[in-house]
Amino acid sequence: MLAAEPKSCGISVRHGKASCGAHGGQGDLPPAIWDKVKTHPCYSVEAHHHYARMHVAVAPACNMQCNYCNRKYDCANESRPGVTSEKLTPEQAAKKVLAVASRIPQMTVLGIAGPGDPLANPDKTFRTFELVAKAAPDIKLCLSTNGLALPDHVDAIARLNIEHVTITINMLDPEIGAQIYPWIFYNHKRYSGVEAAKILTSRQLSGLEMLSARGILCKVNSVMIPGINERHLVEVNKAVKSRGAFLHNIMPLIAAPEHGTMFGLKGRRVPRTSELKALQDACEGEMNMMRHCRQCRADAVGLLGEDRSAEFTKEKIVTMTVNYDSEARKANQAGIEAERRARIMPRQEDVGEHAGGTSDIKVLIAVATKGAGLVNEHFGHAKEFQVYEVSQSGAKFVDHRRVGHYCQGGHGAPDDLAAIIRSINDCHAVFVARIGGRPRGELHKAGIEPVDQYAHEFIETSAIAWFSSYLKKVKSGEIQHVDRGDGAIRQDPMMSVA
Amino acid sequence: MPFKIISSQCTGCSACETECPNVAIFEKGGTFVIDPKKCTECIGHFEEAQCVAVCPVDKTCVIDTSLPRYQPPA
Repeated sequence: MLAAEPKSCGISVRHGKASCGAHGGQGDLPPAIWDKVKTHPCYSVEAHHHYARMHVAVAPACNMQCNYCNRKYDCANESRPGVTSEKLTPEQAAKKVLAVASRIPQMTVLGIAGPGDPLANPDKTFRTFELVAKAAPDIKLCLSTNGLALPDHVDAIARLNIEHVTITINMLDPEIGAQIYPWIFYNHKRYSGVEAAKILTSRQLSGLEMLSARGILCKVNSVMIPGINERHLVEVNKAVKSRGAFLHNIMPLIAAPEHGTMFGLKGRRVPRTSELKALQDACEGEMNMMRHCRQCRADAVGLLGEDRSAEFTKEKIVTMTVNYDSEARKANQAGIEAERRARIMPRQEDVGEHAGGTSDIKVLIAVATKGAGLVNEHFGHAKEFQVYEVSQSGAKFVDHRRVGHYCQGGHGAPDDLAAIIRSINDCHAVFVARIGGRPRGELHKAGIEPVDQYAHEFIETSAIAWFSSYLKKVKSGEIQHVDRGDGAIRQDPMMSVA
Repeated sequence: MPFKIISSQCTGCSACETECPNVAIFEKGGTFVIDPKKCTECIGHFEEAQCVAVCPVDKTCVIDTSLPRYQPPA
């Protein structure tokens, strides 16, 4: 038995946590907050199935150095390594925003995230927001900062109605900070080591408090760096929660030697999928965790799992005619909202009913989706898989895995298929709209069940139905439940769609 | 008169441009250059040369040894 999207956040409530904006629908979020996050793909996992965002690279300067970032190329944290963004002037950026908004009506959020730090380029950043707010007042404004200059700009952020601010906070302990940040530039002076880290933490936390006091929603990003801050991030989580952060996004370190970052060159290990998930799970009792971050480029365009930036290069923007039609955008978004309301979510009691009896078994499944919360992508066309954890508590989005293209002109490339399987190796099944014979066979060999019987159906209900039948088979002894190994987090740059 | 930017190492990030107290730094062909006539090595302004302190690539803003050092007015 299935019911409409529940009023309480039902399936994703854990450890008595009060709100669940990041994981499901409105849940018990106050209407004013839900209004701010419901169309922001980064602040609501549910919204990210439907709405797109864009970043404009107007902020090239930075006021500090991070060991996971190589400034000769771009900021590895906010941009795909090795992919250099085109710098834009505020005027070019505003035109780009209007061009994208008129072609992608579900683009609801403009973020400025670099490639340096937006608040190390305050004139360019705020000028861009002013131009966009004037020309397209329906677009939400958002910025992402390292926090060093944040306390100086809180008033400007509030004045410009920037409703969402992300601060990257990787540590509170200056000894740990000294291993992450070689230097900061503050008050006309370069600081290094523990001294730099102390200044940074104090600026980040006071910036967070000031924003919270003004009712501006804050997300905290943290990079999980094995051997440096992975245990410490639990303390960071508590500290930011107590200062009013709305959402915490713990992301895996991206580090490969070819990125030229200090961590990449020194061979710093990146997290395994199970380590990342364990840390996110450990923090989740304290607050909402974001698990759908794609660590996107500073000039990203599109849904979080896609990259349409190549359609909107500086060269192409110049020749584009811009027809910004706010009524057409409204109508499109009303259609999306109707789709969202119609989306059927399983209730917790239904899950138990389906599964019959109690079981502690939890499995991960990978889903090939183009969005809208549906199993609607061909295995070979998937650029990423969304990962759901399924248990008798329900189906919950917990991760995503970027993959290379497997199907090219109808011919598969064997190495790519192996890489895809490695990336979802911790999953028991992969849900697809369609799948070819060879990958089906290879997946079976790897112990991953290809599931195509739920094509074009809702992900959560499909996952629950499959899991119920899985449990029944386990109980009847038809199959044996075994734990899976680890998945691999791909470090290579994302392919562009265009 | 002395700092210069090694253009092959410059990322074009513009951080130095806004920090320079003498407005001596400008963009030229995607990277930044220092006008030697305006550069005072930040003497009289700050303890350390701002372009050096903020530059993300070490040894990119360097003393131009082909020119005489800046002499502050007596």
